[in-house]
Amino acid sequence: MERLLDVQNLHVSFDTHAGEVKAVRGVDFHLRKGETLAIVGESGSGKSVTTKALMRLIPNPPGRIKEGKMLFEGKDLVKISEKEMEKLRGKEISMIFQDPMTSLNPTMTVGKQIMEPLLKHQKMKKEAARKRAIELLALVGLPNPEARMKQYPHQFSGGQRQRVVIAIALACNPKILIADEPTTALDVTIQAQILELMKELQKKIETSIIFITHDLGVVANVADRVAVMYGGQIVETGTVDEIFYDPRHPYTWGLLSSMPSLDTEEGIALQAIPGTPPDLLNPPKGDAFALRSSYAMKIDFEQEPPVYQVSPTHFVKSWLLHPDAPAVEPPVNVRQTQRTMPQNFDKPVLVGGGR
Amino acid sequence: MAEKLLEIKNLKQYFNEGKPNMVKAVDDISFDIYRGETLGLVGESGCGKSTTGRTIIRLYEATGGQVLFNGKDVHGKKSKKDLKEFNRKMQMIFQDPYASLNPRMKVVDIIAEGIDIHGLAKTKKERMDKVYSLLETVGLNREHANRYPHEFSGGQRQRLGIARALAVEPDFIIADEPISALDVSIQAQVVNLMRKLQKEKGLTYLFIAHDLSMVKYISDRIGVMYFGKLVELAPSNVLYEKPLHPYTQSLLSAIPLPDPDYERTRTRKTYNPAVHHYAAGEEVKMREVAPGHWVYCSEKEFTHYQANY
Repeated sequence: MERLLDVQNLHVSFDTHAGEVKAVRGVDFHLRKGETLAIVGESGSGKSVTTKALMRLIPNPPGRIKEGKMLFEGKDLVKISEKEMEKLRGKEISMIFQDPMTSLNPTMTVGKQIMEPLLKHQKMKKEAARKRAIELLALVGLPNPEARMKQYPHQFSGGQRQRVVIAIALACNPKILIADEPTTALDVTIQAQILELMKELQKKIETSIIFITHDLGVVANVADRVAVMYGGQIVETGTVDEIFYDPRHPYTWGLLSSMPSLDTEEGIALQAIPGTPPDLLNPPKGDAFALRSSYAMKIDFEQEPPVYQVSPTHFVKSWLLHPDAPAVEPPVNVRQTQRTMPQNFDKPVLVGGGR
Repeated sequence: MAEKLLEIKNLKQYFNEGKPNMVKAVDDISFDIYRGETLGLVGESGCGKSTTGRTIIRLYEATGGQVLFNGKDVHGKKSKKDLKEFNRKMQMIFQDPYASLNPRMKVVDIIAEGIDIHGLAKTKKERMDKVYSLLETVGLNREHANRYPHEFSGGQRQRLGIARALAVEPDFIIADEPISALDVSIQAQVVNLMRKLQKEKGLTYLFIAHDLSMVKYISDRIGVMYFGKLVELAPSNVLYEKPLHPYTQSLLSAIPLPDPDYERTRTRKTYNPAVHHYAAGEEVKMREVAPGHWVYCSEKEFTHYQANY
């Protein structure tokens, strides 16, 4: 399948009084048509900054895209002018934010807010836009859409507001939809409804979705592929099965075993990842995760690990896959669900990176 | 079973009582909490779980019903001395570690506030020693005592909240969504800390949350709330294996698990309160279907549940 989006060696930094914060440090990923890519990681891992860079929503100053390419249908989003970007933003690429309480304008009716992108991007006439807005509200499952058009955001519940935000994001049938923790602020039952809605709409209009979350349950539910971010870099990427059933990076192991599953037995302590995320003002030398990892070797503190390829779709940035590295056992919880993926190569192949 | 630390009897909390916009946030619920256990309370936002916690600790005056703590009523008229004693025995950890610590106070004063009020330290040195040891108990170090809250990360702040609650040596701690605002990797740290402290100090917890997998992990028993009512109460593994109330079933079926194979086959049940077909005048209340497993149901449903248990 063709690559709709291809991000290469992206670096984003923020210049602060204390110095340069290297929030994203050389990220590569791509997105195919109609697929869902989940980006997981803790706060401060650079997942939101990466997607904001895609939308060119990084305020400059203090932020800047230092290096790298973001090819969207062959066009480099880093290079195009703000005017051109305005034409894409909200039309070809749109975004759903985490907090539905703050991402809607409280002084505008919901109808007006949905019509805005239609009038602006699609150059629709007012009456046509109104009709389309009503359709969209019905599409996202809000009953009585005509009456709802005239209401203000405060008259909607949290789940309903998130539906409105989705309706706005989908108004122009975007090619890429970026969802930044769209369900984190919602209850489980509402979350389930929103996830179902997003999947259903994806089938209907063939949008590609970049889904940012730290809830691994949600990842297992929505994702086709997963990218795990840590300290401003992607440390592991693969299909959803590869990440959950054959993870290779110690940070992915840590994430998977710090969550209790419904059959984690009582009395077994959770495998918490000790310590806190790295300070990106002075990113650690070598492997950023080494300080918190019980699998760290000497080289992890000296040299940044290169990327190894485990299968056609599975990439890992860790020294543990080096042919000379000692064999290690992942934590218990991971071993329980581990299996060999049919597509795996006989041996991990070095594909580059590493400095 | 163990001794009852807390008995909640027909607790009611109505807001705007008597006005047209009256809200029955907690509507006639009863349950017990045993010494040394963790009782989880789950439900959607707005179901009244936080209000229940806040009413138990008397942040709200109850509209009706009783809360007995060690056999004594929490609500109602009390002397200053009784109230002070009660406030020491029961403490709370709040959801938002950013809003629950006074930004203008140093850590040492935040933690020692309770110690000062209750006169638990006789000398300055004793006070400092207590603060230091509390900081170490929650996994921070003594250098942190002279800092301000903004110098800490979310997980560290939640540890400060726990240290503050522990300062007055309580028996019972209400934790209102203590981990919802934290990252996954940090959540596990805080949960492990709470469990460790429970073992060491024999604490009893009321753990309010909406993350059901974490609740199952930490709780001995779990209560499910829906629209101000307690609809099911059971030991945690029983609740997950044999949920009886349709609402509990729908809640459990909505949790996504970190297992792609399971996710591909999971079907979600929806709850419609109309399925009960309660007739007018039918008595609906908590009934014990099996030992320790309580469900809010009518007589007819009760016989049905029991027959199929």
